[in-house]
Parts: sequence; structure tokens; C-alpha cells
Amino acid sequence: MEIQSPQFKEKARNALANEQLQRAMGKAKTGFISKRKKSVEALPEFEDLRSSARAIKDHTLAHLDLYLEAYEEKVKASGGHVHWAETAEDARQAVLAICRAAGARTVTKGKSMITEEIALNDFLEKEGIRPVETDLGEYIIQLRGEHPSHIIGPALHLNKEQVEEDFRRVHTQLPEERDLSQPESLLGEAREILRPQYFTADVGITGANMLIAETGSSIIVTNEGNGDLTQTLPRIHVVVASIEKIVPTLEDASQILRVLARSATGQDMSVYTTLSTGPRRPGDPDGPEEYHVILLDNGRSSMLGTEFHEMLRCIRCGACMNHCPVYHAVGGHAYGWVYPGPMGAVLTPSLVGVDKSGHLPNASTFCGRCESVCPMQIPLPRMMRHWREREFERGLNPATQRYGLGFWAFFARRPRLYRLATSLAIPTLSGLAGRRGWFRSLPLAGGWTRYRDLPAPQSRTFMQQWQARSGAPHGREGGDR
Amino acid sequence: MNEDTIKKPRIGLFVTCLVDLFRPSVGFASVRLLEEAGCTVEVPMAQTCCGQPAYNSGDREDAAAIARQTIEAFEEFDYVVAPSGSCAGMLKKHYPSLLKGTSYEKRAEAFSAKVHELVSFLVDVLGATSVAAAGKGGSVTYHDSCSGLRELGIREQPRKLLNSIEGVEIREMENADVCCGFGGTFCVKYPDISNKIVEEKTACIEATGAQTLLAGDLGCLMNMAGKLHRQGSPIKVRHVAEVLAGMEDDTPAIGGGGR
Ligand code: SF4
Repeated sequence: MEIQSPQFKEKARNALANEQLQRAMGKAKTGFISKRKKSVEALPEFEDLRSSARAIKDHTLAHLDLYLEAYEEKVKASGGHVHWAETAEDARQAVLAICRAAGARTVTKGKSMITEEIALNDFLEKEGIRPVETDLGEYIIQLRGEHPSHIIGPALHLNKEQVEEDFRRVHTQLPEERDLSQPESLLGEAREILRPQYFTADVGITGANMLIAETGSSIIVTNEGNGDLTQTLPRIHVVVASIEKIVPTLEDASQILRVLARSATGQDMSVYTTLSTGPRRPGDPDGPEEYHVILLDNGRSSMLGTEFHEMLRCIRCGACMNHCPVYHAVGGHAYGWVYPGPMGAVLTPSLVGVDKSGHLPNASTFCGRCESVCPMQIPLPRMMRHWREREFERGLNPATQRYGLGFWAFFARRPRLYRLATSLAIPTLSGLAGRRGWFRSLPLAGGWTRYRDLPAPQSRTFMQQWQARSGAPHGREGGDR
Repeated sequence: MNEDTIKKPRIGLFVTCLVDLFRPSVGFASVRLLEEAGCTVEVPMAQTCCGQPAYNSGDREDAAAIARQTIEAFEEFDYVVAPSGSCAGMLKKHYPSLLKGTSYEKRAEAFSAKVHELVSFLVDVLGATSVAAAGKGGSVTYHDSCSGLRELGIREQPRKLLNSIEGVEIREMENADVCCGFGGTFCVKYPDISNKIVEEKTACIEATGAQTLLAGDLGCLMNMAGKLHRQGSPIKVRHVAEVLAGMEDDTPAIGGGGR
């Protein structure tokens, strides 16, 4: 997917002016937040579960190589194949090779952010293979030629009337009088269209919420059951997953599942939790003939041991964006690449470079709500700040910002000079405002006064008044350097 | 010094740059509250800002220099108190990590242990359950500023003290714990997004029908006050310390003109 993160500001402005989007976002945020809150409050040990989920991932990441090897062995032992993909291109080629060998014309797909990351659909289409998204949200955005705007709700930016319109436009083979006013009826209609596809597809591609080293299994959680059909009906099942999805044991997986759905949708568990281990064995009633896992690195191993290491604990629940005021304001597409919201603001620079995605970690108020709800206790604001540090070191932020900051810091590091400067400037500013008490506009303060008035300083600075009040200055005078 | 002052906790007041420049009355309210609670208050002159503008812009070097300067100016006190959750959070939570691995590491940790935000200091450390203020009363709504809430756990303390003032009625707004869109330099770097967030906030504030909006951080207050004023709202905006110190009569609300 082309990276449009440099146009973040422009895209954000468009998003703010887009009424449809604003309406959709308004509905989405209240739903997610209240559902999560309810389900977390119903489970007194939720905070402890967060800590243990975090500990599981910390342990796994500390021994990632060992667990990946153990996992590979188990997959092989159960008759499956493992393909290591260092880059997105490696992963695409691995998928293509499997499809070619199978003579595949059509592939069905379960919801997978990793296949978005490697832009698999566009690639397959160019190679003459038709990808069919089977998750309702993914199906909708595929119809519209869009990308997901949320990691668990790909079509979150849409209202149901928009979807109804798309369905009526595309599903012309269905009777016109059908009712498409409810999410359930939309799902029913999509199912009707999709059902035959499962049988014509030669390959089914899914992601994985977790990979289990102990058993060589992959897990997906869904609410529609489409993932199950995608991985059991076609002859070949391909799992595309990134390396940090690994957990040591089934027990660990079930611990993490307890925080995953609660954080994501406020459900105790998702409707379907499906484990797959290898291809169909003799005597199995169903299942694929071949089972492949493509393990994607794409920059993740180079995050290990850096200040972004903890991002690898992410289980892609979406809670951080569901609680993010910036995400609520602009929606997911403004972020300009695959991963939006706070987790995207940390992960995107790791995967595509901070030079191309510098706005993302900057467009945050550091309100900390994301970290407070993240089931894996990932310090998202701290890592966004680390990205800002990298940008600053490399001189990537705009010159005006750097000069402004340098000017301010010069004074802030010299208290005596600072006091002198402010004791001159502040009374002047206060006098300028006169009795009005407000500025409607002020040179150099356009960012502020475009949307709000600026209260004028009361009069003299506190320090001036304090010194006047108490005669000699209290406290020790700091040396000005 | 007489014996009396020796026993009193000695407070170094970290005024915060915004209070120093824009609203000194918050500083004087802090002094009054601390003195009423039995403390001696001093104001070291070698303070400027907590360093967040540099720290949050990725400029660690300047932020660390400011941190060292602040620690030097304040480490002699029993406590360091700031009328801001955001600045107190910076001093308490971020200075230690900023200076980790330097010769100031130990000093930053010792300093951190002494730092408190004003209202939580009154309640949690000094055990205050009420204030002496006999203000005007009236209906207020309280916005929980992010750093104070999530870094320092400030939520009940200001409400407790406000409730102790006769005639004050707290009308809780919806989403009191959601960011107001200020975010320091964020509000001028991304004004469009900041505006959207503060618009949602002012709608929640208006919906309470309260006469006065209160919070514990001047940055957030200036942002919300500026938006409310632009929208033509009659709601008054103040730092919570001014109400707790009973200073409403002699101090106009934010934007109400100088003295
Ligand atoms: S960063 Fe945390 S909250 Fe966000 S998607 Fe990942 S696990 Fe969920």
C-alpha cells in the first residue's frame, strides 16, 4: 500500500470536513468504549490479567528465536509447511508460489492486517488471481476499493446507508425489494453472495491472532464464522502471520484471549475461536489438504531490544484507537498507511521509516488514554516521544519549529534572563489587550487564535509580583549558564 | 527562624510557566492554600518551566538541562508542589527517566519522591478534608486533565475539597476524563484536530448548565476558555485552586481582564 502519511494534515482536514465520516465516527466511539468498560468492570481480575498477558509476551519476546524454531518444528511434524519471509516481497512471492502450484484462480480471505501490510490483494490481482474478502467489513471495503480504517472494524468509517447503497449497486442479481436496513440483513446478503466462493476458491488465506509454539497451531478469532469457512473449505490453507504473534503454550494463548475480546469489542470471547494444526489427517471429516504458514518479519526483528521493543507485545485489539481523541476526530484513513491510531503512530515509523510518517507520533496530545486501556500495557505515548526524539536528532522536524524551540530553550535554561525577558514582555502583552482581556488574533499565535481566543495575561508575572510582595527573593538563586 | 517555622513542612512552589506568565492568581491561590494548611511556602527564583515543550518535541538535551536546573533549585525543600498535574507529572514521573544513567540519576529520584500536584498534596499528604474558603458557591463542573488523572491519579481529591465549600454544587460533565485537545504544542501544530476535540469538550461542558468550569491545569483551562469565549458562551473558567482559596471575589475569571 502506498504510504500517504506525509499528507496527514491535509487528510485530517478533509476528514474533519467529511460529514458522513464524522457521523460514523461519532457512533463508533461510544459503542466501543461503553462495551469495553462494562465487560472490564464485570471482571475484577482484569488488571491482573493484563499484567499476566504482558508477562507472557515479554517472556516470549526475550526468547523469540527459540519459540519460533519450536513452532516451526511442530508445524512440520503435523504435516504443514513454514515459509520464512524477511520482507513483504518475500511474503507475496511465497503466497504466489503456493497459488501457482495449486493452479489457483480464486482465493478466499479471512480478515488479516498482515495481508494489508504486504498489500497482497493488489499483488494477486496483478498476477491474475482473484482475492475474495469474506469478512463483512473487508468485503465492503473491497467493493468500494478502499483500505481498512480500523484494525478490527475495517469499515468503521462508513454508515450503514452507504453500505446499503454499495450492495444495491453491486448485487444486481438479487431482488430489489430486499431489506438492507439492518447490519444483520447486510451480513445475510453478503453471506449469500460469498457462499459459492468458498467452494470455487482453491486457496484460503487467513491471518492469525496467535501462533502456538507448543502445538504448532494458529488461532483466529472472528464473529462471523467466515474465517472457519475460509480455512476449511478450500484445498489449501495459507496462514500469513508476523513473527511476534507467537506464544509458548495453549495455556498462554487462553490467558491472552481473556483480555483480547474484552479490550476489543467488550465480548467475553469472540463468537468463533478457531485453532488449526496442520492439514487434514487421515480420517478427519474436513480440513485442507495442504497447510502453509508464512512467517513475516518485515522489520520487526530490528525492533527487538530497541526503545520500540514493547510494541511487539501488541495483540491488535484496537482498544488504543477506540479510546483515542485524535483517531475519533480524523478516522483511520488520515494516518495514511495500514495501521492507524496510537498503535499505528508507533508501529508505522518502525516499519516504513519515521521520515515518511513523522506526523503520526507527533499528532498526539499524550493524553495517555491509549496506554491506560491497552491490555498489553504498552507505553504508547512514551514510544511516540521516542520517535520525536529520533526526528529531532535527524533534524526532520520543520525548521520553524526547531528555531522556535531553540529560542525558547535558550531562555528557559537561563532563569535570570528568562525573568528579565518575561517581566518586559508580559506586562506589554497584558497592556495590549487592555480591558478586553482577550486576543482574537495575535502575530505568531495563529495556530491558537484560528479557532479560539487567547486570554491575555493578568498583569505582571507571578515572579515579579512575588518579589515585590516579599522584598528579597526567597530561595536560592540559580546560576545562569 | 522561630520554632514554629521549623516544624512546618517547607514547600518549594513550582509555579509553572503558564501560571507565572498568564495567571499569577493561581500561584497566589496555591500559596494561600498551602499556608492555610500549615506549610511554609517559598518560591525559588531559579525556575522557569518544567521542560515539557522540549521533552515532548524530542529535544532531550534541553529538557535534561532544565530538569537539572529545576532539581538544583528545589531539592532542599521538604516538598515540591505545583498547581498543575501536567508539570508535576513531568517533574515526578519523567525527570527520573530523563536523567537515568547520568550523574543526576539519584538526585532525580530523591527529588521525584518530594513532588506533588497541589490539590492531591493537600488531600493525600496533608490529609485535608475541607478548605477554609467561603466563596460564592454556585454550580461548577470539573474537567479531569489527562496527566493529573492518568499519571498521578487525581480525580476524587479536587471534588472532595470542592464539596466542602458551602454552596458549591458539582455538576459532572459527560466524558470529564477525555482530553480537551490542548496537548501543549499539539494545539498549535495540529490546530484543526485540536479544535475538533475541544469542540466536543465544550459541548459536554455546556450540557451541564454549570456556571463555572474548573480544572487543575492552566494549559487545558486556557484552551477550553478560549474556545468557550469564541463560541460566545457565558461560562466562567477558573483554576480550581482559586475557588478552593476563596479568591473569586478579587480575581476575575480567565479572560475577565487584568487587576
Ligand atoms: S497497542 Fe495495545 S490497545 Fe492498541 S491494538 Fe495493540 S494491544 Fe490493543
